Amino acid sequence: MSSEHESGESFPHMRREQERVREKKQQGDGVGWDGKTLREQLEELEAKTEETDHYAGFERLEFKSEEPIEYEQMFAQLRGDLVTARETSKEVAATPIVEQEGELCYGLFTPEGDSIAVSTGIIVHIHTMSEAIKYMINHDYEESPGIEPGDIFVNNDPHVGDVHPCDIMTLIPIFHEGELVAWAGGVTHVIDTGAIGPGSMNVSQASRFGDGAQYTARKIGEDLEIYNSWKNDFPDKTRTPDFLKLDEKTRMTGCLMIRDAVFDIIDEYGVEKFKQLSREAVEDGRRGFGNRIRKTMLPGTYRGASFVDALYEGQGNLTREYANENHIMHAPSELHVREDGSFQVSFEGANKWGWHPYNCTPAAIQGGIWVMLTQTVIPNANVNDGAYYACDFHLPVGSWANTQNTETAHAYAWHFLVSAWAPLWQHLSRGYYARGFWEEINAGNANTSNWLQGGGIDQFDKLHAVNSFESACEGVGARYVEDGEPHAAAIWNPEGDMGDAEVWEMTEPLPFLGRAVKPNTGGAGRKAGGAGFESMRTVKDVSRWLLYEMGNGYMTSDGGLFGGYPAASGYILNAQDTDLKERFENGEEYPQHDLDPESGEFESKIDGEITRRPEGISTPKEFDDYDMYLNYLRGGSGLGDPLERDPEDVLSDIHDGYVLPRHAKDAYAVVVNKISDEAKHNSAVQGEWTVDEEATEELREERMEERAEKAQPVSEWYEQQRERIQNEEDLIDDVKKTYESSMRMSAQFEEFYLDFWDLPEDFAYSLSEKAERSLENRFKSGTKQKWKNPTTSHETWLGVGRDDEPEVPYTWTAERSIRDLPTPEASFGDNIAGTATDDD
Amino acid sequence: MPDSYPREHIEDLVDDNLEWSQLHNMMSDFKDADRFQQVRDVLQERVDWDDPIIIPYAEHLYVVAKSEDRWVIKCDCGHEFCEHDENWKADALINVRDSEEEYLEIYPEDMHPHPEYMELREFFCPGCKTLLEVTNVMPGYPLIHEFEPDIETFYNDWIDEPIPTPETA
Repeated sequence: MSSEHESGESFPHMRREQERVREKKQQGDGVGWDGKTLREQLEELEAKTEETDHYAGFERLEFKSEEPIEYEQMFAQLRGDLVTARETSKEVAATPIVEQEGELCYGLFTPEGDSIAVSTGIIVHIHTMSEAIKYMINHDYEESPGIEPGDIFVNNDPHVGDVHPCDIMTLIPIFHEGELVAWAGGVTHVIDTGAIGPGSMNVSQASRFGDGAQYTARKIGEDLEIYNSWKNDFPDKTRTPDFLKLDEKTRMTGCLMIRDAVFDIIDEYGVEKFKQLSREAVEDGRRGFGNRIRKTMLPGTYRGASFVDALYEGQGNLTREYANENHIMHAPSELHVREDGSFQVSFEGANKWGWHPYNCTPAAIQGGIWVMLTQTVIPNANVNDGAYYACDFHLPVGSWANTQNTETAHAYAWHFLVSAWAPLWQHLSRGYYARGFWEEINAGNANTSNWLQGGGIDQFDKLHAVNSFESACEGVGARYVEDGEPHAAAIWNPEGDMGDAEVWEMTEPLPFLGRAVKPNTGGAGRKAGGAGFESMRTVKDVSRWLLYEMGNGYMTSDGGLFGGYPAASGYILNAQDTDLKERFENGEEYPQHDLDPESGEFESKIDGEITRRPEGISTPKEFDDYDMYLNYLRGGSGLGDPLERDPEDVLSDIHDGYVLPRHAKDAYAVVVNKISDEAKHNSAVQGEWTVDEEATEELREERMEERAEKAQPVSEWYEQQRERIQNEEDLIDDVKKTYESSMRMSAQFEEFYLDFWDLPEDFAYSLSEKAERSLENRFKSGTKQKWKNPTTSHETWLGVGRDDEPEVPYTWTAERSIRDLPTPEASFGDNIAGTATDDD
Repeated sequence: MPDSYPREHIEDLVDDNLEWSQLHNMMSDFKDADRFQQVRDVLQERVDWDDPIIIPYAEHLYVVAKSEDRWVIKCDCGHEFCEHDENWKADALINVRDSEEEYLEIYPEDMHPHPEYMELREFFCPGCKTLLEVTNVMPGYPLIHEFEPDIETFYNDWIDEPIPTPETA
């Protein structure tokens, strides 16, 4: 951009502000309020917040209570300006990721880095940007490289404040009368970060050094002019320089629009009002969160656990031999809703980080949970870091959730992050249920995969990378009152959709052969999980092209609720060296779908080397013209006993392509008869069915009897399981390694585990030599912390060891021993298995 | 926003009879202040027993008052599980899906968890055999006690009402 105005004067406001800042510095003043340095100002804010339990000590919202109309006008104006900045600037971008899917967002921050107001979009980054600003203040950027009017900063370092390096943020300080009054920040998800494999989230690297370029809160310009050193640097660190240049212009456009909006607000209302608003809005957000919780949930403790697989044993193209192992993420999730409606969230018991790109930093977890909360607890415009101040987090140092090790890889931190969220949806839903707000209940979400990624020489003979954001459109978990929305959204981008096939084809040399709803992807239940969908892609006009898959395979991360089943897990389907070209030329049939993996239909319509396997992750592999790739986007989890689903709804599910006819009987005990082979309904499924009501009723009765026969009392099951664990029967190395990892990470989890199964104190799973070596290697690696000089509020991230008391209470307990129960007959015998007898 | 929805509206919510547009309005509106009491009262009418409901605990399950100081988790079929702060699952019936064959009843081939990595634990009410919860965990995982409501704080501090007892019901 040019710094010259038509008048010939260069950004006059910025020049005046620079002059004022120079004068202040000469007097020994900082750029904070009243001559303070930013660090002094941040420390003071933290102290006041700690002391009073109110943000910045604002026990009273004077402006809001005395001039409510003006307060709301100002806030609404700011919020509107941020949304306008997003909607306008995204037209500058060229990637469908930003332009179509809206993978960008903006925030306005206090001088200390707390968000005041946010745009729509991928607002996980409102908090990650907050962390990046705090990092700069904590590490004395005011002294070097300086924080001055016209400066431009960039960050994509997850340890500073980001989820993963492909989300690049631009931050600019906003000055008034020589004081830093706010920050404007914007994030876009870029298409390629120059990782060891093409695409924004490569999966084959073991450590940070394969993750792609990372820029640690770097100053990249001054006088609102980007340095030549930056202009000549970053484009060569990506396979898609033109796209990244336009993304940068996008972020700058938005940030400058926000800066101008702040000037207009200050001109109209005065700087003191603006400062007051910026403080009160955060405190208002904090109180609003607590009030909403007190109004809609129950105080108490909520627990859950989720898992996801990351299988690397035998994968090709790994960067290190020691990365050739399987991982399971273990996320025990504990939420305390305290008396004042504030949250304590703990992941105590999480297992060790690994040599894979799915590790998380506190910024990722906090931002991630926060974006989830904005979709349920605070679904309104009053979203800002106030919600963050209403939540305490306990993220064990050294776990996948808080590696505190700058060597770890984070390219697709979302794989673990999204999976670890699953129980949190359910915590909230259990609270909403108890309180009667059933319209808010949601069983969970989808694992947001598959990620179709890759790159090489594209159809325009240029080096290129692709990252399909069809994954911004997964099935949503069932609601209590409705089925989950099919192919609807992603937790990290609530406004996302699948995008136009034609637009993806412009930027990806991967023509669509078909796109359809994918049956049985949503979890079964009284209310069914929203279905996912699938795209069948081929490859055209490429050379040295790589593609890979990324998602869950051996585990489903999203559980059902109240008797609903989890969503389906993923699988990989590719075909290489095919006869697709000949089929096109001869006008023959070719596969457009893989609706039923058991049908053999895909294999019957193509010759070639077909790979079909139940894993979710593959490392980059070569693809050539007319090869095929199935992009399968997951469904959401179900809610309620499937036998309580209306049989007519199951029939609609079949016709809509959500359920395969054979599963009507198996999963729902609904008998359907085919009455036409020809009819076509609202899906790729051919045929028409009808419900046999009488047979359905009989079958459901039989199914209830089967349940009674097949199921056993938990007390019996417990004894069998205890024996199995003691003898380590039928437990594979990957599972035992995960338990050992969590027990070595957490004294609390170990005590709970041993206590629950009544195991001796010295119990430990015997591991293979390889698994033992892997754990030793990672446990011995220690920490390499990024934050060298944190202020108080960030100290809680650091130095919590295995034997320390977690700062959030750990309440998992086996204190109600199942062994103490009466005999199985007493609890489960025939005398109580009939109808209700309580009042007889 | 209504401060309070008409009772018929809440009955329709409980009975799953609301149209999407009505549900959408309920989601978008500010929350009504007496929802808890209204839903609790409708549920109390629906069940075939007289123990006063203290809270709806999960679909089909309630915390009910057996006396002034004894609260238990009870199914709407009448089966009583355990004390309110204990894990009802310990008193349930369980079926574990941990084989390919059992997974294929619910999911197509290749679209279910690997039995060696994850099992589905189905918990049924011993009284009515309703499927109350399905958990997806690694083999060998302890039972998860999902919800311990702080009933005293809720009644005393959040809604400022006496906790129901058999005498007051």
